[in-house]
Amino acid sequence: MSQQSAERAAFRLRSAEIGIALLFLAFGALVIFDSVRQGARWVADGPQPGYFPFYLGVIICISSAVTLVRGLLMPAGRNKTFVQVGQLKLVLSVLVPSAVFVALVGWIGIYVSAVLFVALFMRWLGKYPWWKVAAVSLGQSIAFFLVFEVWFLVPLPKGPLERLLGLG
Amino acid sequence: MDEIQSLMHGFGVALTLTNLALMFTGVLLGVIIGVLPGLGGANGVAILLPLTFSMAQTPGGQTSAIILLSCIYWGALFGGAITSILFNIPGEPWSVATTFDGYPLAQQGRAGTALTAAFTSSFFGALVAVIVITFLAPVVANFALEFGPPEFFSVYLLTFCAFVGMSKEPPYKTLAAMMTGFALAAVGTDPVTGTLRLTFGSTHLLTGFDFLVAVIGLFGIGEIFLTLEEGLEFKGTRAKLNLGVVLQTWKELPRYWLTSIRSSIVGCFMGIVPGGATPASFMSYGVARRFSKDGDKFGTGQVEGVVAPETAAHAAGTSALLPMLTLGVPGSPTAAVLLGGLLIWGLQPGPLLFVEQKDFVWGLIASMYLGNIAGLIVVLTCVPLFAAILRIPFSVIAPIIVVICTIGAYTVHNSMFDVWMVVVFGVLGYFFRKLQYPLAPLVLAIVLGDAAEASFRQAMLFSQGDMSIFFATPLVGSITGLAFFLLFWPLLAWLIARARSRSG
Repeated sequence: MSQQSAERAAFRLRSAEIGIALLFLAFGALVIFDSVRQGARWVADGPQPGYFPFYLGVIICISSAVTLVRGLLMPAGRNKTFVQVGQLKLVLSVLVPSAVFVALVGWIGIYVSAVLFVALFMRWLGKYPWWKVAAVSLGQSIAFFLVFEVWFLVPLPKGPLERLLGLG
Repeated sequence: MDEIQSLMHGFGVALTLTNLALMFTGVLLGVIIGVLPGLGGANGVAILLPLTFSMAQTPGGQTSAIILLSCIYWGALFGGAITSILFNIPGEPWSVATTFDGYPLAQQGRAGTALTAAFTSSFFGALVAVIVITFLAPVVANFALEFGPPEFFSVYLLTFCAFVGMSKEPPYKTLAAMMTGFALAAVGTDPVTGTLRLTFGSTHLLTGFDFLVAVIGLFGIGEIFLTLEEGLEFKGTRAKLNLGVVLQTWKELPRYWLTSIRSSIVGCFMGIVPGGATPASFMSYGVARRFSKDGDKFGTGQVEGVVAPETAAHAAGTSALLPMLTLGVPGSPTAAVLLGGLLIWGLQPGPLLFVEQKDFVWGLIASMYLGNIAGLIVVLTCVPLFAAILRIPFSVIAPIIVVICTIGAYTVHNSMFDVWMVVVFGVLGYFFRKLQYPLAPLVLAIVLGDAAEASFRQAMLFSQGDMSIFFATPLVGSITGLAFFLLFWPLLAWLIARARSRSG
């Protein structure tokens, strides 16, 4: 991959501004919808449950509408790169494995997934020799196990391996 | 002098061997947290909070727990300066202004001077703030004992309007972020009527969003993504701190006494009125540049340019605990997390704390004096260790920080749903930070949402739905008035600027 393509804009400020403003608008609309469903008015025994959130939703919608309009009207000169292709790749190279890691935690427990996760990173992004990869990834999991399960008595998610070892 | 007597009593509570050990542990952990990207004061404390649950159940354990957590906070405040000066990477948002003169100093080979100046002025700023807390907090608490729901709501209003008026971010973005925080706080069971709100039939949402999860995601995972954009390796200057450099810098520092005092005042003010440490450090840097006779040399490596932001950031970060303790209204995200801790341990922050939990309050205040001394000792002696931690490549440190954030999120409620929320908040945090949506008001709104809503509804019940209750007495009226002034300040400033440019 050439240097130039890595510095190319993955997407620009304007689209990011508009996207997030739309997200806020949708959230605000959702809040208003639910508040109206609950009742957002003042009745004999005081305010209904939706009374307070209703106005929150209204303010979210109004303020993000301002952001949306400003985004749409943004002059081309201010429409800078939001994130470069190379940067986005780096961010995704952490985000995607992190999401997989979280999915694994629920399945095989945190200690085994953490070993795999740290090992993957060190080998793939850091290009470390295997013995270093093994030492750090196993070491951190054992350290966390000792701190949380043994020292502070806080149970963390465990999987088949821990049960096999009689630790779960 | 009641305060002095109470403080002495507090020293009696804080000065046990266990507590001293916790102080040094806390500060050491805090500096490491402050140095590492992705782990800051707020989410570092949030991650470690569940570890204190069992500690807080022993007699006197609540004081030990708060000492541990607050010392992590002091440590994180100190730690931010190390990365700013040596690596030109602000470890914490409030140390951005420290990079302006700190990093040039390090490049000139005067890293030791810059670090000593930063640590010493941090210490000075914190000390001034603690003295302010010692004498002002009991007065404020006493005053606030008379507060009813309308007064409390007007204080909440003031807090949040201050964010709109004082933050650098666009006001409509501040509003959107803040109201989203309130809406997230409203998710779950309505505290007054018991109806379920905004859950849409999901059982995970019954208890609502925990702010600890939001803090870990927004500040932790989001921060890692931002750091990643800079690449995988940190390039920094080496630093040694020997006694000679320290003593020589100390000889030089009294020259900047006026800057120090000015910055402390700016810092304390910005900390108590929730502006926070970050704007305080920028404001103080700006003020120092304007008033200094070497003002035009700022940015090229002036010691004064390190002293000003560091003093203010520490003063603000410390004095943010004053409204947290006395009114139950935190002045910064980290203070908000500490407030959450108090609630979980079964303590109700607010004016009654000073009456009912004297040991706890004065133990904490005394520990602030001791904790900052411990902090100064730790940072002055351990700089090479912390710089070495920063030299660990990101491909090793990033996954470990993700694992730590995951553990922190899981331990809040032992729920995998929270862990997924951390990932979602992390992605949101990345976008919010890049698009200048402020995170502090969002987090504070999640923490205070229920209390603010309850006080609002109670006040409205008193007055039968009449909003004029928020202007009914001179006290509540002036707080509400000040709140509205701050809320509309961006608009006023814009109008004034327009009128000026027209006439000129």
